[in-house]
Amino acid sequence: MAEDIKKNAQEEEFVRPDFFRESDVKFTGGDKPWRWKEDGMTVTRTAAWAAPGCHDGCGVLVYTDKNGRLVKVEGDEENPFYNGRLCIRCLALPEVEYHPDRLLYPMKRDKADRGKNKWQRISWDEAYDIIETEFNKIKGEYGPESVVFSCGTGRGTAPYLVRICYSFGSPNYAYYLSGASCYVPRIAASNTMMGTYTVPDCSQYFIDRYDHPGWQPPAVIFIWGNNPLVSNADGNMGHWIIDCMKRGSKLVVVDPRLTWLASKADLWLQLRPGTDAALAMAMADTIIKEGIYDKDFVENWCYGFEEYSKRVAEYPVEKAARITWVPEEKIRRAARMMAQKPVSVQWGLALDMTKEAIPGSLSVASLWCITGNIDIPGGMIPTHQPFNIQTWNPPDPKEMLPLDVCEKRIGGKEYPMYEYGGVVLSQTDMTVDAMLTGKPYPIKGNFMLSTNPIACTGMQPETKMLKGFLNADINVVLDVFMTPTIMACADIVLPVATFPERDGIRSIYYYVQTINKAMEPVGECKSDMQITYELGKRFNPEAWPGDTLTEFFSHTMKEIGMSFEETREQNWVYPEYEYHKYENGKQRFDGIPGFNTPTGRIELYSTLFDEWGLEPLPFFEEPEEGPLSSPELMQEFPYVLTTGARHWSYFHSEHRQISRLRSLRPDPLVEMHPKTAAANGIKEGDWCWIENRLGKVKMRAKLSVGIDPRVVNCDHAWWYPERDPEKLYDVFEANVNQLVPAKFGRSGFGSNSKSLICKVYKAE
Amino acid sequence: MAQNGLLINYQYCTGCHSCEVACQMEHKLPVDQWGIKLAEIGPWQISEEKWQYEFIPIPTDQCDLCADRVAKGKKPTCVKHCQSLVMEYGPVEELAKKINGQPKMVLFAPK
Ligand code: SF4
Ligand code: SF4
Ligand code: SF4
Repeated sequence: MAEDIKKNAQEEEFVRPDFFRESDVKFTGGDKPWRWKEDGMTVTRTAAWAAPGCHDGCGVLVYTDKNGRLVKVEGDEENPFYNGRLCIRCLALPEVEYHPDRLLYPMKRDKADRGKNKWQRISWDEAYDIIETEFNKIKGEYGPESVVFSCGTGRGTAPYLVRICYSFGSPNYAYYLSGASCYVPRIAASNTMMGTYTVPDCSQYFIDRYDHPGWQPPAVIFIWGNNPLVSNADGNMGHWIIDCMKRGSKLVVVDPRLTWLASKADLWLQLRPGTDAALAMAMADTIIKEGIYDKDFVENWCYGFEEYSKRVAEYPVEKAARITWVPEEKIRRAARMMAQKPVSVQWGLALDMTKEAIPGSLSVASLWCITGNIDIPGGMIPTHQPFNIQTWNPPDPKEMLPLDVCEKRIGGKEYPMYEYGGVVLSQTDMTVDAMLTGKPYPIKGNFMLSTNPIACTGMQPETKMLKGFLNADINVVLDVFMTPTIMACADIVLPVATFPERDGIRSIYYYVQTINKAMEPVGECKSDMQITYELGKRFNPEAWPGDTLTEFFSHTMKEIGMSFEETREQNWVYPEYEYHKYENGKQRFDGIPGFNTPTGRIELYSTLFDEWGLEPLPFFEEPEEGPLSSPELMQEFPYVLTTGARHWSYFHSEHRQISRLRSLRPDPLVEMHPKTAAANGIKEGDWCWIENRLGKVKMRAKLSVGIDPRVVNCDHAWWYPERDPEKLYDVFEANVNQLVPAKFGRSGFGSNSKSLICKVYKAE
Repeated sequence: MAQNGLLINYQYCTGCHSCEVACQMEHKLPVDQWGIKLAEIGPWQISEEKWQYEFIPIPTDQCDLCADRVAKGKKPTCVKHCQSLVMEYGPVEELAKKINGQPKMVLFAPK
């Protein structure tokens, strides 16, 4: 079988690892209206997808009055994805909409005034003219690759950004997080190892959800390295876990902190931050030694089990317990719970945020493979963009750029795995280095679409990334509000519309829904899509088929077999979901049974890694600084520092100016055990400095017995919109990234931003 | 007329604040006033593997049980938006029957 597939793959000229055969439309919501009148108001059924924040796309009803003003946002109870529930960010949307600080017009600032609050309102035409002229000047002098196009977390804007990037002719699409250490590593690891990405089956593929006859709740759900209730990680709604718990699912939580879910878990593994891979391998070793893996599945559908078994045997439970701080007995119990059926694993960011994110992700993902928990009801189900719609997965550079230009993508040669992350990115750290050193070529322009790297993703920002941006001749930034990034370095600012103000397509996994404009944008705002479409057409009209934005939407969603307008009438469109696809050939592009990998099997030993000169098996690497790797440094910085915990109010660096949300978490918090606080003379609510070799930041103390006394946890992405813009809203005082080194792993992915060290003391 | 109330299964209340904010938005309350407000209990450790960590939303004097919405046949907004779907509105007598031996239930009759 493996030979057949290899031959086929060679014959097939170019197959994207993230593209799939799609089955037919199965369910729609076409029996319901998408707009109606109620109480003198207009109700527009739509999906909530950035801006602002969030890429979950919950179904919402937007209420507008007879003057077209937003009255309120309610959940859409008929929408199967989230049944009318809403988190507080969508509930508080009216305050975002009419906030006095919203950007309303295009603006420019003299390059000499970067960092100063000196803006001049301009027209859209002038803004576009400046961008076109300046970018083309750079193209003429240095080549198109000298302009970098970047956006923040995958919020439906990436494909538009990438299209304008390739329309201009640059291969450099960047995401400014060291080692792209958010989600992309897990996707890349999964795509490489099993030719697909998998998610917990919480019945989300069926419109009748938990009543669906073929579905069953997971016997056990592992929550591994995320707090999905708050973060709704990766398009999976955290409260689906609650729905499953009500239906009998047991929980195992792997987290250094006692989250609410951890407090309700049947088993909580309070590991040392950054040691997930060692824990996973010890679990695998236990499962194999106890003979409780799925022998049939391993025999028929996995490749390299022998080598894999040898590798995980290097992490016996006793050794892993010393590394991870998790007691031996709990590791064994977790292993036995993993070997049940069906088991789902809601894994998260903590895996990406280790320097060796790829072998770490492999070590966790292989657990649900050797236990045969793939593509069964209640297990880990393969997923991808429905109907291959380009609203989240961008076009591939090879589809739009000449090969010699593609080859100029920064990091492309060094890190071939970047082709497998579902998005083809420039390697972040090397891109920032290019801005600083001019090598391999200078970066002279930046186009940043709804991203605020200075406050959010930029590590060592004061010393590194910001300097890079300031080296450019022109920085264009698009956003909803003024941000530290805009204030620090933008020359042109374009104001972005929110989701009630725009049309669009919601398609992260499971189903497609159109986003329906419910009101006119405030000021002169335009949607990210409109802006990229208009500006992109100036660079390369052919790349933007259609005479209107809506026609262009129809083009990007053509595999659904309906136009944008027709799809709108259907409200939501689900492809047919079927389990056990690896048995009938539907899991591969060529219809041969198996998985979409070179051997056609799940590669516990990765042949692709071998080819790329990377370690083909999972491994664990100690965080660079920590109790086992730098005991001497720990004398000065005695605590393990972890970062990035979420609060309900905020989507990364957003929402700090929304009073209702801010009032629930007014200050950045450093969480520590009461013993740790006492040892450092700190009381609840005290302002503290958290300091390490790189710098220090100031946060308020929150004491909790739910954290190990050896660990402290810091909020991320803080800045103070109410403070002095010319001091960049004190972002460098509040933002924990000051303490995070930007260093990435061997594959080009991953960085240690959750496993650092620090000291903590009271601020005077 | 039968007295109405809110039945809350706080075993699954995650403290997500949706009830609080939905109520504030519906009733146009300022940021420091609530029609329903969460109490946080814990976390503290009860035994080796058992923790006390609960949230319970408590209606205030500003809760009118969403009289306007209910009159139009809608659910109270907190009930509708609760992310754990643990709130139920109805006549207290009927709600009381639903407790029926289940743990961690609380019935509020604010009016
Ligand atoms: S998760 Fe929250 S912010 Fe995101 S779409 Fe859903 S309700 Fe809106
Ligand atoms: S019933 Fe209505 S008024 Fe009462 S707490 Fe819930 S949302 Fe507020
Ligand atoms: S909305 Fe529901 S789950 Fe969230 S805090 Fe209120 S009662 Fe608890």
